[in-house]
Amino acid sequence: MSLPTISLDSLVSTKSYEQLLATAKSGGCASSSCGSSAKPDEMDSAVWEKIKDHPCYSEEAHHYFARMHVAVAPACNIQCNYCNRKYDCANESRPGVVSEKLTPDQALRKVIAVANEVPQLSVLGIAGPGDACFDWKKTKATFERVAREIPDIRLCLSTNGLALPDHVDELADMNVDHVTITINMVDPAIGAKIHPWIFYNHRRHTGIDAARILHKRQMLGLEMLTARGILTKINSVMIPSVNDEHLVEVNRWIKERGAFLHNVMPLISDPAHGTHFGLTGQRGPTALELKTLQDRLEGGAKLMRHCRQCRADAVGLLGEDRGQEFTTDRISDDIAYDASKREAYREVVTRERGDHVAAKSDAVGTLKATGSGKSLVIAVATRGGGRINEHFGHSKEFQVYEASQRGISFIGHRNVEQYCLGGRGADAALDSVITALDGIDIVLCAKIGDCPKDRLAEAGIRATDAYGYDYIETAISALYAAEFGSEPLAATA
Amino acid sequence: MAFKIIASQCTQCGACEFECPSSAIKFKGEAYVIDPEQCTECKDAFDTQQCASVCPVPKTCVPA
Ligand code: SF4
Ligand code: SF4
Ligand code: SF4
Repeated sequence: MSLPTISLDSLVSTKSYEQLLATAKSGGCASSSCGSSAKPDEMDSAVWEKIKDHPCYSEEAHHYFARMHVAVAPACNIQCNYCNRKYDCANESRPGVVSEKLTPDQALRKVIAVANEVPQLSVLGIAGPGDACFDWKKTKATFERVAREIPDIRLCLSTNGLALPDHVDELADMNVDHVTITINMVDPAIGAKIHPWIFYNHRRHTGIDAARILHKRQMLGLEMLTARGILTKINSVMIPSVNDEHLVEVNRWIKERGAFLHNVMPLISDPAHGTHFGLTGQRGPTALELKTLQDRLEGGAKLMRHCRQCRADAVGLLGEDRGQEFTTDRISDDIAYDASKREAYREVVTRERGDHVAAKSDAVGTLKATGSGKSLVIAVATRGGGRINEHFGHSKEFQVYEASQRGISFIGHRNVEQYCLGGRGADAALDSVITALDGIDIVLCAKIGDCPKDRLAEAGIRATDAYGYDYIETAISALYAAEFGSEPLAATA
Repeated sequence: MAFKIIASQCTQCGACEFECPSSAIKFKGEAYVIDPEQCTECKDAFDTQQCASVCPVPKTCVPA
């Protein structure tokens, strides 16, 4: 089992540049497969080049890279029944919700501030509230200014697709290489139940007429992006008894038109949010319904399972939001971009990733060698870097993996209430964590106290910190072999 | 012959501002307002008032 030779942790937490560079340079390369690309099997290398640093597109990259969103485009040209554009609350963390609308200039300063502080930053997205293609002037001004200052940052945007065909050429010119389109239907009769109106060609259209136009424009936009080699992810909101069955059809259509990933997200509907669906009592899907649908879609357009439905102004690694640290009032007016931290971080990540790939393939070999037909569901506490490096009590989410003879697959994440605040564990919070971990066989974390460990055990969930700081896959394979294999338990356990 | 914005309902999304064919809508101080001198109710330009058609909140862009 390889021990960390370089710590990504220290890279992202050090404050001085010299210190950072020293840490980065001190790490020799311990891996035999150093330099091998971290490219997963079965992927065309042009595509891999585009996604390898994008946390939302690549499951692997989401361990290493961070995204940030800036809310610069609040105007929208359609209405969705799951959106209430009046709603804006600082305590909310629902997709699209944002507490700070920015001008392109404010956005530029924020991106620079984040790039200076968060070396993992690789992607800037514009994703609501509002529609980035409809509120085009602001979107364009923001992208142009940021690309001028930080040329290596990747740009992406989300859109409902209605105005997308008008801007595909400009997107290509600006090197935007990822676009997300929210497509909830390909049948206008279903669309009319989700989108009550659109504003198109200077007039408001309603009902089926509106949905028909939206559908045509979405398909056209997708085809145009595909033709220009721009990667397209499709988001669909799963709305039970409205479009849940229909998403199978949507998946087929978008795959035929070259969509790269399909991300099925659960409808979030709470009457308190004041959305149409919230007020009419439309429920969202259960976690099981969502997973069942995702499993059915497997084999169609590739599914994304690590989506966190981030806030539109989220900052940081997926699963974390440091947006509150970078509000406009905290950013000085004349801020200059300092590339050093990001460069040093990237250098280390390149090496670390080579090492991680080798560890992963060893892990899969171990699993296959057990010859067992059983599977294990494992929840991991991690702060990124592909390692088990978070304390149980500090976790706000666990990443869930399934290990079987076929390999180790990431199947999703579970959000939990942070149980340990200021060193003391709160009992009620622990109960809710245990509920959230229902169905998990084993929890892996960097550290866990005896008390929570015992309480988890009572609920039938084992937890161990024996693999702290190992690669996730390495630890899982050792566990799996210990459970089902003929070999004795690995030395670290 | 002019429209107005009910400021208390407005989400300040700014959609009306860039759809208005007469450049009658501006963000002033704390709110979007329509300059009655400039508003043409979109006559001669479109069949429907653009601000009212694009606004996400019902009865927010209304005849003054
Ligand atoms: S496209 Fe986005 S901003 Fe517009 S109504 Fe739908 S969810 Fe809201
Ligand atoms: S009615 Fe037409 S001209 Fe008047 S403010 Fe609204 S969009 Fe502008
Ligand atoms: S479109 Fe409506 S909500 Fe948006 S700024 Fe104009 S008046 Fe306000």
